[in-house]
Amino acid sequence: MILLQVVVGGLLLGAVYALFSSGLTLIWGMMNFINFAHGEFVMLGMYVALVVVTAVHGGPAVFAPAAAVALFLLGVLVYGALIKHVTRGPMLAQILSTFGLALLLRYSAFFVFSSDFRTLPESALSGSLNLGGIFVGKPQLLAGVVAAALTLGMHMLLTRTALGSRLLAVAEDRNAAMLMGIRPDRMQALAWGLSAASAGIAGALMAVAYPFSPSVGETFALTAFVVVSLGGFGSVPGAMIAGFIIGLVDQLAGFYVGPIYKDVVVYGLFVAVLWVRPQGLLGRL
Amino acid sequence: MRKNSLGCFAAAALAAMLAAGPALAADAVKIGVLQPLSGNSANAGKSALDAINLAAELVNTVHPEFASLPSVGKGGLSNLGGAKIEVVSADHQGNPAEGQAQTLRLITQEHVAAVLGSYHSNVTFTASAVAERQGVPFVVGDSVAANITSRGYKWLFRVTPIASDFAANYMEFLSDMKKAGHKVDTVAVVNENTDYGTSVGGTVVEQAKKHGFTVAAQIPYNANSTDVSAQVLQLKEKNPDCVIFVSYTADAILYMKTMKNLDYRPPMIIGDDAGFADPSFIPAVGDIAQGVMNRSSWDVGKPGSVTAKINELFKAKTGHELDDTSARDMQAMFVLADAINRAGSTDPGKIQAALKATDLKPEQLMMGYKGVKFDETGQNVLAATYLIQLQGKDYVSVWPAKSATAQVQWPLKGWK
Repeated sequence: MILLQVVVGGLLLGAVYALFSSGLTLIWGMMNFINFAHGEFVMLGMYVALVVVTAVHGGPAVFAPAAAVALFLLGVLVYGALIKHVTRGPMLAQILSTFGLALLLRYSAFFVFSSDFRTLPESALSGSLNLGGIFVGKPQLLAGVVAAALTLGMHMLLTRTALGSRLLAVAEDRNAAMLMGIRPDRMQALAWGLSAASAGIAGALMAVAYPFSPSVGETFALTAFVVVSLGGFGSVPGAMIAGFIIGLVDQLAGFYVGPIYKDVVVYGLFVAVLWVRPQGLLGRL
Repeated sequence: MRKNSLGCFAAAALAAMLAAGPALAADAVKIGVLQPLSGNSANAGKSALDAINLAAELVNTVHPEFASLPSVGKGGLSNLGGAKIEVVSADHQGNPAEGQAQTLRLITQEHVAAVLGSYHSNVTFTASAVAERQGVPFVVGDSVAANITSRGYKWLFRVTPIASDFAANYMEFLSDMKKAGHKVDTVAVVNENTDYGTSVGGTVVEQAKKHGFTVAAQIPYNANSTDVSAQVLQLKEKNPDCVIFVSYTADAILYMKTMKNLDYRPPMIIGDDAGFADPSFIPAVGDIAQGVMNRSSWDVGKPGSVTAKINELFKAKTGHELDDTSARDMQAMFVLADAINRAGSTDPGKIQAALKATDLKPEQLMMGYKGVKFDETGQNVLAATYLIQLQGKDYVSVWPAKSATAQVQWPLKGWK
């Protein structure tokens, strides 16, 4: 019974990991660009949810879309104001630009929201379902459903639509895409918007279950990088699978080996997988 | 404008000097107060300084209502011809090196009779070394790290309780509950794995064994975890009679939420200050954490009591209530003032001897200590804490029974 609860807990945690990692892998897949501010996007999603809940007392059906829209706009703005300019610079400038952006966003949040820990008030999404003695957290369950939907949606978008083809064409060869009449800036701004929006939804849903302060992004960013590199940089389904694997290993090791050693097991496995498959589970070399 | 304010200042200073005229009969006793007045902990340091200033004022003025506190409210130190206490404050910015420099300045330039300090344990550690070399008493009201009193210092006196005191109090409380007929045989300790959690967690385990409880589990964990369900499931499996958490804020909140989600409600939870005392804890999970225990050596007490009157005076001056840390500093100032009065001199050696001879009873204190008496390391061996319980929207004092303002609710109500 307790093993089943641990496994269920692991899968739910994996769903949350998959959800906030999918946006990061999208940016890499589209632009070969690592966004170090991804954790801060998640953090801002949490605060958008808080602001919306405080202002209009809406439930998750209100604040999750609100966070998605707000972060989509932020993503587009970040692309236009920063990323577009640094992609012409050296690799180091690209890396440090989003690192600086992360610090800017984090400390602006400290300035606006203070360093106090916040939580969302109880809503229909709080608590857990009791399925014959197995407890399933509602926010985590919804995170899993949304992660699956987002993954599927992005996969369909990229493989089945003309827009997806244009996005991929820009990722493949920017100049050739321009010659075909595609405007790369628009496509890449869209990719940033989608990535940030998925981080926003992830943040809004996690805000229900997790207490947050402006520095919460650090915790999530590290996990997101591990998930993305295990799944294969650029692979959205890979991030989903890797999220579940890491969530499961995390919970099993936490229960049977001990919470302070679980990271040893998780990162040990991570290194072992990358040793055999450096491109990650579903990544291409 | 600048000239004007300078003029005002000069006038005020002159007025103050004239007003203080009669007191000049006996020289003021200077006491150095070392606190973080700028930087990250400036709020805490400022509040401590306010409390210490209020303590000095209560010693210097006439307050018959505080007759139970020795050397307080007599209009100065009677054995020194009514000498007033003068607080000389110094800012260490949370920096151990600055703490040393400021202590040296207080002693050699300001010629203080003793130093009080200094919030951060690491600053107290270095600053007290300077006082030791200079041969001036260093009184610690707030820092709790064990290593401060483990150096065989002769000039160091710590009034505040430390981890072993808190841990012993938790176990005495549980023993009392057992005597009252509740089933308390096993405890589990869940501690975050940095300096704070590891040292306090270890001490709690030690004290639990000493008091005859079975330690069902000790679970160290990383305070930055995004998920704590593995720990909660471990607790659920071991099913201890009381769980003691040594946690920071996000993790304390997360534990309460996860326990509710996994429907695990232990008979009792004790949180060791920190996360459970954070201002965000009650707004976040107050309604599902009903009955959680915590510690505090300070309790406002019933209206009209000495502590309630002190709290009123403090609130009138600062606009906020006296908290545990500032109150512990205020108590340290009273202990020092009493020692100087008994010494009848500002000679550091005589003050040291008087501090060593200190033997205060619980009714002579504003804090919930069992008294003040220093051992050879300088630690107050009678230091103790109250236990408080979350009932409704606030923590209320429930243990020990004689100072309690409410009854202990057992078992934990939680979210029911």
